[in-house]
Amino acid sequence: MNWQAIRAIYVFEMARFFRTLLQSFVSPVISTSLYFVVFGAAIGSRIDQVEGVSYGAFIVPGLIMLSVMTQAISNASFGIYFPKFIGTIYELLSAPINFLEIVMGYVGAAATKALFIGVVILGTSALFVDLTIQNPLAMLAFLVLTCLSFSLFGFIIGIWAGNFEQLQLIPLLVITPLVFLGGSFYSISMLPPVWQTISFFNPVVYLVSGFRWSFFGLADVPIGLSLLAILAFTLLCLGTIWWIFKTGWRIRQ
Amino acid sequence: MAAMVQISDVKKVYGDGFEALKGVSLDIEDGEILALLGPNGAGKTTLISTICGITQQSAGTILVGGHDNVRDYRRARELVGLVPQEINLEPFERVMNTVKFSRGLFGKPRNDAFIEKILRQLSLWDKRDNRIMELSGGMKRRVLIAKALSHEPRVLFLDEPTAGVDVELRRDMWEIVAGLKRDGVTIILTTHYIEEAEAIADRVGVINKGEILLVEAKEDLMTRLGQKELRIELQEPVATLPEVLQDRGLRIDEDGRVLIYTYDTGQDRTGIASLIREVTEAGLVLRDLQTTQNSLEDIFVGLVNNQEDAA
Repeated sequence: MNWQAIRAIYVFEMARFFRTLLQSFVSPVISTSLYFVVFGAAIGSRIDQVEGVSYGAFIVPGLIMLSVMTQAISNASFGIYFPKFIGTIYELLSAPINFLEIVMGYVGAAATKALFIGVVILGTSALFVDLTIQNPLAMLAFLVLTCLSFSLFGFIIGIWAGNFEQLQLIPLLVITPLVFLGGSFYSISMLPPVWQTISFFNPVVYLVSGFRWSFFGLADVPIGLSLLAILAFTLLCLGTIWWIFKTGWRIRQ
Repeated sequence: MAAMVQISDVKKVYGDGFEALKGVSLDIEDGEILALLGPNGAGKTTLISTICGITQQSAGTILVGGHDNVRDYRRARELVGLVPQEINLEPFERVMNTVKFSRGLFGKPRNDAFIEKILRQLSLWDKRDNRIMELSGGMKRRVLIAKALSHEPRVLFLDEPTAGVDVELRRDMWEIVAGLKRDGVTIILTTHYIEEAEAIADRVGVINKGEILLVEAKEDLMTRLGQKELRIELQEPVATLPEVLQDRGLRIDEDGRVLIYTYDTGQDRTGIASLIREVTEAGLVLRDLQTTQNSLEDIFVGLVNNQEDAA
């Protein structure tokens, strides 16, 4: 294992993040505040509690998930796509490292950034609503696993993308709808039966539900299923990355 | 001692069926400067990319310092530094950071003193905190070299280091290369500037259409293939050659004012003495004589043309 190389990639990627720390920090704070103003104060005041939790608090886990997923994907996909785009990838390919080490460096950094943003949003939320976290350990586990798996997914997108449009394509066309329809802002039980059934095909539902369970002890799907879903997604991404590594797909001619 | 880099029968076929390398074999000795000469698309960059691991050979083996570049890629690649042809650098990064990154990537622990030495050597020390985008083109090339040297490689590949670089910077680059050689680094550079190979290389390899046409010590090459031209300027122009001179292979130039005789310096008899005698016997009056040595460029063009004629 070339730990020096993993560290070098990680530090280099994190430096990019810290260079724009103000943006990295301020933008999630502002967008979270906006969500609270719109959903929490304006709309939420007309909604009673959802399953015994105030609407403002109810949306917090979904809000964190929403940002963490999109941030993890965009950080990881950009992190590996940018060297491909400007040509510095030659250095990664000629270095005495294997693909796993490259993945650990880039995905590790992307997941760290996403985790940071998740924590910032959690902190901002606490300013607006009363939050109790029933199961902090499970909360942390879900958060870290989501950061990791979606960073892995973002990494795959970054490898696959041949241009900037493609880089945006999957997050925009697939992830954003899935996340919005994944019960971030509502409980699945509030939907008509048909849509409830359809929702259970949306993998994000399981993640948001599990994450929300760690806060309030209430969930749309059993917690075990949520855990299984996130593990399955992580394994799927790892498998894809292993295949990319084996075949050199889109990386090494 | 075994060669630093041993390339045996390496083939590279790209996905679209294009055969970029057609069985290249080449030994690169420890501490030498080898110039790989070839026209655009000859396979120079493919060869370098294959040795460095950016692409993988379709067949054949490459050993760097005795380590196989596929099976034992970590140890092979540790020994190699690569300066790519394109200026591939992250514009917003600072010089120091990108150089340190390269060192880490090659598994070497942090060594600020060594990085400082390299940056000073390349006159980059004053620019260490500058962003890459603030640097001139020449400085960016130096940054690429600094990155390639940051992990103390024993073999350095320079892919067209002076393409599109002004004359002054080119001389600078040659100085840098000479300095590296003094430090014991083995250097392989590709170029399509013949004068570059002539100026700095110990050996010259010519590659075209994925094949190595020849590899030879520069001096040997120049002498062996070196042809000279004798220009005989005449007092009065001639329309046709006098009969005695018909089978001498002379060329009439400049409206009959000049006769050109090409001969091989490697031969025992150059035939110059008898030629001059015959010219005077034919009644032609000499005005001036001039000889010129063929440059590497002429040799190179000759080789490449021969290959094309044969194909």
